[in-house]
Amino acid sequence: MSVQIDLTDELVTAHIIGDIDHHNAREMRETIDGAVLKAQARALELDFRDVTFMDSSGIGLVMGRYKLMQEVGGSLRVVNIAGHLKKVMMLAGLDRLSVMDKPERRVTAGHIEKTGGDENESM
Amino acid sequence: MKACNSMKLQFEGRSVNEAFSRTAVAAFIAQLDPTIEELSDIKTAVSEAVTNCIVHAYRDTLGIVYITANIFPDSRVSIKIRDKGCGIPDVKKAMEPMYTTAPEEERAGLGFAVMQSLMDRVKVTSKEGKGTTVILERDIRSKEA
Repeated sequence: MSVQIDLTDELVTAHIIGDIDHHNAREMRETIDGAVLKAQARALELDFRDVTFMDSSGIGLVMGRYKLMQEVGGSLRVVNIAGHLKKVMMLAGLDRLSVMDKPERRVTAGHIEKTGGDENESM
Repeated sequence: MKACNSMKLQFEGRSVNEAFSRTAVAAFIAQLDPTIEELSDIKTAVSEAVTNCIVHAYRDTLGIVYITANIFPDSRVSIKIRDKGCGIPDVKKAMEPMYTTAPEEERAGLGFAVMQSLMDRVKVTSKEGKGTTVILERDIRSKEA
């Protein structure tokens, strides 16, 4: 279990590795909050690509960081969330805070881009 | 219906054992060949129940957490998580989403709500000063079905 912090400009990226449970959450929270406050960051990204397990302690971790970023006038994004973890987050309504990434399809100007249609892709 | 396999586990209510207990239960259930999602749901629900024992039942003490898991011939799994801690005065209130008595630990108050959404049946009995028993049940659908 660990958190790797990357800092670029005013963005802190916290790469969380391992299980998020009650036992691990406190240390993760202290590492992340310490980095945000020290860097006076205005944006925080929680990268979940290497999170192997999460219970409601993970919900507390995300909600707590959401509140922190609100307090400092910044923003929070949670990226690379695996399906079974997303399910737990949806239970808590975290999708309604619009902090969860939706990388699978992009909705632009009223149409949904086809997946796999490389030649039609317009940027 | 009589269980066709069962196991018992008891351990000290230390938070480091949260990972141990959910992993042990998952390893026992693996013989039913559950899907990754079923296994993940069960691990999450067990983790919530065990965390409740450690954070609430044994708040300022160190007590023992008891787990019994039963597998039934109809592929039903029943997991009983029991403590001899302080008990819950009002179980109905404790099960309300967002209700928590430990906000300082950034507890979301969603433990029971998570258990109820991930499991097929959740039963909670509690007696003040005696302890709490949570029974989690899930029907495992065989992968090849």
